[in-house]
Amino acid sequence: MPRRISLPFTSNNMPQTEKTGERRPSTSKGNRLAQFFSGVPRKEQPPAQHALQAMQNSPSITAPSLALPSISLSTATAGEVPDESTTLFEPPSSEEVQNKRRADAQFGPLVHPSHRYVSKHHGDGGLKAPIIDEPPYYFVLTTYISYLLLILLGHIRDFFGKRFSKKPMYQQLKASNGYAPLTDDFDSFYTRRLKLRIDDCFARTSTGVPGRYISLLDRVSHDFNASYTYTGTTTETLNLSSYNYLGFAQSEGPCADAVEDCTKKYGLSFCGPRADAGTSDLAVEVEKEVAAFVGKPDAMVFSMGFVTNASSFPALVSKGCLIISDELNHASIRIGARLSGAVIRSFAHNDMADLEKRLREAIAQGQPRTHRPWKKILVAIEGLYSMEGTVCDLPGVLKLKETYKFYLFIDEAHSIGALGPNGRGVCDYFGVDPAKVDILMGTLTKSFGANGGYVAAEPHIVAKLRSTNAATQLGESPAPSVLMQILASLRIITGELAPGQGEERLQRIAFNSRYLRLGLKRLGFIVYGHDDSPIIPVALYNPGKMSAFSHEMLKRKISVVIVGYPATPLISSRVRFCISSAHNKDDMDRVLAACQEVGDILQIKFSTGVAGGQKLPAGITPENEEQWRKENGLENVFEPPRWPLEEVIAVGAADCKGKLR
Amino acid sequence: MDLHEAQTRLMASLNDFSHAFQKIPGSEILIRYIQSSYQNDPVRSAIELVLVIFFIRYLLSPSYATHGPNYVKLREDEIDELVKDWEPEPLVPAQTPMEKQEADNLPIIVGPTGPKTKLSNGKTVTNLASYNFYNFNANEQVKEKAIQTLQTYDVHMKTESDIATYLGTQSCIVYAQAFSTVSSVIPAFCKRGDIIIADKMVNFSIRKGLEASRSNIVWYNHNDMEDLERQMQKVVQQQAKKKLTRRFVVVEGLSNSSPSTSSVSAWMKPGLLVFLGRTGRGLTEAQNVDASQIDMITGSLAGPLCAGGGFCCANKDVVEHQRINAASYTFSAALPAMLAVTASETLNMLQSNPELLTQLRENIKAMRAQLDPRSDWVICTSVPENPIMIIVLKPEVVQARGLTPEDQERILQDCVEETLNNGVMVTKLKSLPARQSSGAPNDGTWYIQPAIKVCVTSGLSKKEIEKAGVTIRHAITKVMTRKTNRQSSVNP
Repeated sequence: MPRRISLPFTSNNMPQTEKTGERRPSTSKGNRLAQFFSGVPRKEQPPAQHALQAMQNSPSITAPSLALPSISLSTATAGEVPDESTTLFEPPSSEEVQNKRRADAQFGPLVHPSHRYVSKHHGDGGLKAPIIDEPPYYFVLTTYISYLLLILLGHIRDFFGKRFSKKPMYQQLKASNGYAPLTDDFDSFYTRRLKLRIDDCFARTSTGVPGRYISLLDRVSHDFNASYTYTGTTTETLNLSSYNYLGFAQSEGPCADAVEDCTKKYGLSFCGPRADAGTSDLAVEVEKEVAAFVGKPDAMVFSMGFVTNASSFPALVSKGCLIISDELNHASIRIGARLSGAVIRSFAHNDMADLEKRLREAIAQGQPRTHRPWKKILVAIEGLYSMEGTVCDLPGVLKLKETYKFYLFIDEAHSIGALGPNGRGVCDYFGVDPAKVDILMGTLTKSFGANGGYVAAEPHIVAKLRSTNAATQLGESPAPSVLMQILASLRIITGELAPGQGEERLQRIAFNSRYLRLGLKRLGFIVYGHDDSPIIPVALYNPGKMSAFSHEMLKRKISVVIVGYPATPLISSRVRFCISSAHNKDDMDRVLAACQEVGDILQIKFSTGVAGGQKLPAGITPENEEQWRKENGLENVFEPPRWPLEEVIAVGAADCKGKLR
Repeated sequence: MDLHEAQTRLMASLNDFSHAFQKIPGSEILIRYIQSSYQNDPVRSAIELVLVIFFIRYLLSPSYATHGPNYVKLREDEIDELVKDWEPEPLVPAQTPMEKQEADNLPIIVGPTGPKTKLSNGKTVTNLASYNFYNFNANEQVKEKAIQTLQTYDVHMKTESDIATYLGTQSCIVYAQAFSTVSSVIPAFCKRGDIIIADKMVNFSIRKGLEASRSNIVWYNHNDMEDLERQMQKVVQQQAKKKLTRRFVVVEGLSNSSPSTSSVSAWMKPGLLVFLGRTGRGLTEAQNVDASQIDMITGSLAGPLCAGGGFCCANKDVVEHQRINAASYTFSAALPAMLAVTASETLNMLQSNPELLTQLRENIKAMRAQLDPRSDWVICTSVPENPIMIIVLKPEVVQARGLTPEDQERILQDCVEETLNNGVMVTKLKSLPARQSSGAPNDGTWYIQPAIKVCVTSGLSKKEIEKAGVTIRHAITKVMTRKTNRQSSVNP
């Protein structure tokens, strides 16, 4: 992937490079300490402002380079340096090249200024459910047979192993010395017999910053994935496996500087729960900023996203209340709901008709047995579902809310930062007033590159939550460095810090997501989810194809996440591409080219064209496609899209900005 | 004429139908089956037909009852009316006066936390409210290491092995938050039908873990080993004839909410952390027990180690099991690299600087001497080694004045505020309202006496600790002799 290196004296990357030069030698202890103590005027300045000054000269993150994308799959490395010099100036020194290369590996330069898109819901009213394409029956059948074989073989091996084998793995499944086995063989069957076979595709150990590229520690297993030997080498791969939505996983830049300053000033921890003596001015400031960002009057932050849900539900609802939860909600919502003591019911994923049916039944029937009316009903949904890539139908839910008077809890773990013209989540995406939603919860781990979660609501709700929420009363408070990362990344997104950068990040992720989604559809893959989702699941079906896909992509130096049962329904194993602002069009093209190859090898191009991607005759655009189909009687006649790669890349950038079909 | 035509047409279509039917593979078998079952007795065929219809109906019906037995069928307009009439309660009730007072008086730290902490009201106070026992927070070496991590990131494996080595176990897993560690370790192993014997005074996160596990929970009196044995025997008797289930004992190493350390016992043992023992290796070292005899040890990295997150030490298989089965590990982001490095570093320092522990013990002794024997109003119920000192009102004071737990809460909150006014920050022990304590034994014996928590740190000199101790004592005396509080004794 050749990319022009901008010279440090002419490019707008200058401050960054300069800063790096300043940071490098300062790693010696004495130097740092001296800096800390002598830097009085610097200390007076809030770290955020300091970083702001540093970034003033660079409105855009990267220099737009007009080099045409060219893809080489097997030999691709981050930021190769072209030999020829492009200006009359001296070529950059090797150290500068190195720094630039590192920065690019974490956050790719924008290839062309037009590669941006504003994430926004078009059209009024509710959200249409995405059309789910289905593969030929042959593949469904073979998938079932695969699982059947796996389960059968596993049980046969267990049966004989437990009786005849002396291997420790079987000993653990049996009672010994009067101790029952610590894990049931039934409980662990899936792990031992199904997951272990493809375990080398999961939890690959990485090193360094998980930005645009991620370095994997190479490992081999000599005992069928029971243990790994690390070879000591690393492989740099294109990272499609992190929820680094806005590309804040960077070891340099305004965020890292702010965090460094903050650690020097505040230390490492507040050493106690918020309710004891762990509330700092920093936490108060972060809460104010988060509230302003999501558009609620007040907010509170937690040190862990999972706990935010797990402890908020018990503080909101209790016995006599009803939680109606989307069937695909995250485990943290389920645990929180379970601990709350309220009755839990679920409705079909994103299905407003089903939700209405459940609500009517709940209100009409009241509590089980006693028929007393429910004290309150809380509907819990997620903004963006991470396994499906679907966006919640917020307008639809709000319409029901008017009639049925339930309280609405939205978990924006994935949608905050990733959706909406200003990155403010689903409310922003649909253009809905956040006041209409009772509780907006989200995590700060994903889009903000920090850690923890928040709950935003009306002041009286937040005040009560602070008093009754277990995580605030007893759990640890967020660390100062984490709080500063939140603050700095928030300010970049809003444009307060490094103006223009936040906007670029938001628009790049929206463009990348749509571009890759359209490309995959046109190549012939079955893609799940809504168009603007930065998570793009592609259906694989057969369990064997999960590991094959992962290996093939790794060969092409791309790391992806594969998911199968039980995280998905049994037959729809899938690969998930997690898109980031740190990627650029070149990266997306590289993914498309790799998918084109792998898709043919593994036979996973199942698309029938129902969900779009079909090549339309000249003069017909996706906008007037429906009318054209009606006029020509082609309503249910679809051609399977199998575009050549070159064409997908050539027209994709322009086409992905219109209606995705 | 018409009739005749209809008949021929009917015959023709019947003929067509039977031809078509015969073409279907397997149709002959069906005909043969019907013929042989008929046997000149139409009743037999009728019964078979009924059976077939029943079978089809059974196949099509949902596999479970969709409505409870007392489902009331209502018309749509009736439901509409009910929907219109239904008024939900507010999402949250109003704050209680106590909650409001606590929230209003919550100190806000400006700048770093340390032995001397600056508050948002401009005052600098002595901080005896943070778990900053060794004052690692101000340590430049630790900060330096942490900042370097901003560039490297790959640290979790090292931190895990450091902790495992430190505690002397085979393996270790680090969670992103201490509070949720044990709540998710317990349900990863304990399932429905298992038996957990737990101390009545285990902390809130353990209780939540017990609740989430859905196991059968048997409680024993706090730290009462005889009672534990009784309960165990009871379990053994009850389960004698049944299939062997997993049984766990859950104990807390150093109880936060109540007086003393536990004696080490049986199978599983989530405990608290590193300030006991000769080199601070926690409970196992304090009581000379081999850590490998305990199946699981959990603890926090967020308190004295000034890092973040929690850990669970165990053998390799137990740790690997958690990596996919413990909810708060699987479904959550990892601990920030910076904090993981901090934990490694502070553990290392604790090992190489044993004088930190001696200094801390000295300070605990000094503080205790100021509070426990000298005050007319309070006693310290925590064990002498515990840097978190639990100060409660003396039983005779409570009795003489007839103080309810709410009264005690109020008085202690006043004491905390009064102490803060005099430049020393301590906190009240937080115990969540009973509604949320559903994981606790429900026989009415579960009760945590309201208390003040004083966290001693080695970051202060003995003199400073003594001075702070005097301040706390005087503040308590002042509050207790206030008119309003005395009145409550006259008129309970």
